[in-house]
Amino acid sequence: MSQVEAGALGPQPARSRRTTFRATLFRNELLTTFRRWRTLALLAVLAAVPILVGIAVKIETGDGDSAGGGGGPAFISQITNNGLFLVFTALAATLPFFLPMSIGVIAGDAIAGEANAGTLRYLLVAPAGRTRLLLTKYTTVMAFCLVATLVVALSALAVGAILFPLGDLTTISGTRITFAEGLGRALLIALVVAASLTGVAALGLFVSTLTNSGIAAMATTVGLLITVQILDQIPQLHALQPYFFSHYWLSFADLMREPVYWDDLVKNLGLQALYAAVFGSAAWARFMAKDITA
Amino acid sequence: MLMADLVRWTSQKTPLLTDSGENGGYRVDAREWKAAADDGGKAHMAPYESDDNVTAADAEELRSARRRKAARYVVPATVVGIAAATIGLVPALADSGDPDLPKISAQELIEKIAASDVQQLSGTVKITTDLGLPDLGGLESSLGSAAGPSGSGDGSSADPSTKLTELASGTHTLRVASDGEDKQKVSLLEDAAEYSLIHNGKDVWGYDSKSNSVFHTTASESDGKQKEELPATPKDLAEEALKAADKTTSVTVDGTAQVAGRDAYRLVIKPKDEGSTVGQITVAVDSKTGLPLKFTLTPASGGSAVVDAGFTQVSFAKPAASTFDFTPPKGAKVEEGDAAKAPERSERSEHPGDFGKGSVDELGKGGPEGLNVIGDGWDSIATFDTGGQGVPSGSEVGGDVGGFLDSLGDKVSGKFGEGTVFKTRLINALITDDGKVYVGAVTKDALVKAAEAAK
Repeated sequence: MSQVEAGALGPQPARSRRTTFRATLFRNELLTTFRRWRTLALLAVLAAVPILVGIAVKIETGDGDSAGGGGGPAFISQITNNGLFLVFTALAATLPFFLPMSIGVIAGDAIAGEANAGTLRYLLVAPAGRTRLLLTKYTTVMAFCLVATLVVALSALAVGAILFPLGDLTTISGTRITFAEGLGRALLIALVVAASLTGVAALGLFVSTLTNSGIAAMATTVGLLITVQILDQIPQLHALQPYFFSHYWLSFADLMREPVYWDDLVKNLGLQALYAAVFGSAAWARFMAKDITA
Repeated sequence: MLMADLVRWTSQKTPLLTDSGENGGYRVDAREWKAAADDGGKAHMAPYESDDNVTAADAEELRSARRRKAARYVVPATVVGIAAATIGLVPALADSGDPDLPKISAQELIEKIAASDVQQLSGTVKITTDLGLPDLGGLESSLGSAAGPSGSGDGSSADPSTKLTELASGTHTLRVASDGEDKQKVSLLEDAAEYSLIHNGKDVWGYDSKSNSVFHTTASESDGKQKEELPATPKDLAEEALKAADKTTSVTVDGTAQVAGRDAYRLVIKPKDEGSTVGQITVAVDSKTGLPLKFTLTPASGGSAVVDAGFTQVSFAKPAASTFDFTPPKGAKVEEGDAAKAPERSERSEHPGDFGKGSVDELGKGGPEGLNVIGDGWDSIATFDTGGQGVPSGSEVGGDVGGFLDSLGDKVSGKFGEGTVFKTRLINALITDDGKVYVGAVTKDALVKAAEAAK
């Protein structure tokens, strides 16, 4: 011990040392997560969705009709007139399943995957502390939420720009906004969609602390996601539905109203914060008390 | 995490191994880890500074650690508790009770409504209708588009009348904006889509963002037509209700209420007739502007309101001019409405918001040939002769279809012969087997009595 201390105790103050350490831990986590083939494959699938939607709409509307005819994902009928709408359609198409599923995989893997691979105890040997490790894991999952959403949005924007015209756009309330403002709203929508996923991320992290099997945690999280989505469709449960984390997901479309209709957006963000607080603290309580055997 | 990472960490950050606190109470030093990790990996369980002797103090430490573990679950439980309390209590606390307003007579209040001249407003209206009709789901919307005058058959028309049938059941959120007589806008908020009806000068636009289709007509005849087409705001509904108010009606002021954060008087309109299905109509009138803010119609049979329309948010500031600007988006289908057909359409479309005498009057003007109105006030019953055979009874048709027909209506018989009564929570209809139809916002008994009297 003494030689270690002697060697490394520098003149720098403790606070900055700790900050650097936290950043290192986070950077390591981020690199490990985004270097995995699994993560890259998930991102590739997400990027492929807007490409498929764009090509399908292009083929279907080759004869000048507008797509959808009132059906299909939100905003699909406007894509042919303005490629920017492909961003909204792609987010509306991926938000119910593809995006939360990939979050479930990453979040479910966060703790249980380490335990599964037998690396969790080594992580804890480093003086990060369990709280800090859990926070780092959650931050990493949230970073993945943001990256995944942006991958969908940027891929959709690129495909939309290639296949369809761009320009001023009409909000769903019938007013016109400039293309720059439209881009701003698209970015805002991407951020709201990413924030909509924080609830699932916390839930997945909690499930991940319950088991030592990464696959079990992923399957449970994705299974919960599907169950909640089904329950959200059953009319008899309407009293419970406002508390399902997926209930207000599509409220991001309210950002395309003029003036913006905030009620459901605020409810959505509040609900996500509640899920993050409840399952985040439950994950913390579980993880602090957990016997680390692997 | 790979071993390489660990090595990198430990080599970079070894000094922190002596750092206390941050480690959940389990301080680890490198030597202990080497020993402990190899026999079961309980590195974190390594007790404080005790390599060789387990003391009583150590056991005490373990016990308190266990208590701390259990105590941690208090945190998520507290979060859930606080959230539940907030959800339960905040609406109760926000309901600050009925405002204290100077007394006002019913007559004065009605005059106040009549004198109300709100030109500029914007707000959100929530409208809930429960007519007790069977939930037709998708069938309803297809019926709606079939009933629309466009008849183009694609079901995606932006014609206002197709949207009205949607308002006849369920809960909907509308946004209204108005700036003088020439500029109004009503938007029906849907999931990720919106239907807007915009009146700006001589143009009336309907825009359905879901199908990206546009309906256009010119408002040449009257300024008020725009409003007539969507009688969904509390003001429109209240005016219809007051039209029906005469000697058969009692109108009183019943205290005050808070609606959309504004102080309001509650005007209660009650039919005196016993046969009416209308229990009472409550209109909350803004104390400052005289604008009706909330309209509630409860049926005589009790239960939830048949129509409940009220502002959830209202502002009397001038809405932005861009709100009323509309140019059809590129590529949108634009359907030109026939201006000559417009009055007919607006008359027909008034029905979902109508009741009592008002609806009977409408029927009298635009209904089928040979229409009579029996009685007056709230009890009035419209009657006409279809000349047909009435509704075949279930036993005649037989099978599943017969059972379905029977389930829709009640069989009644009287001096007039036999007939079927079709009931909703507000409007009842009697169709006799010789093809006469009696319709009104009255009870089944009143319909039977009317049919017997007519015989």
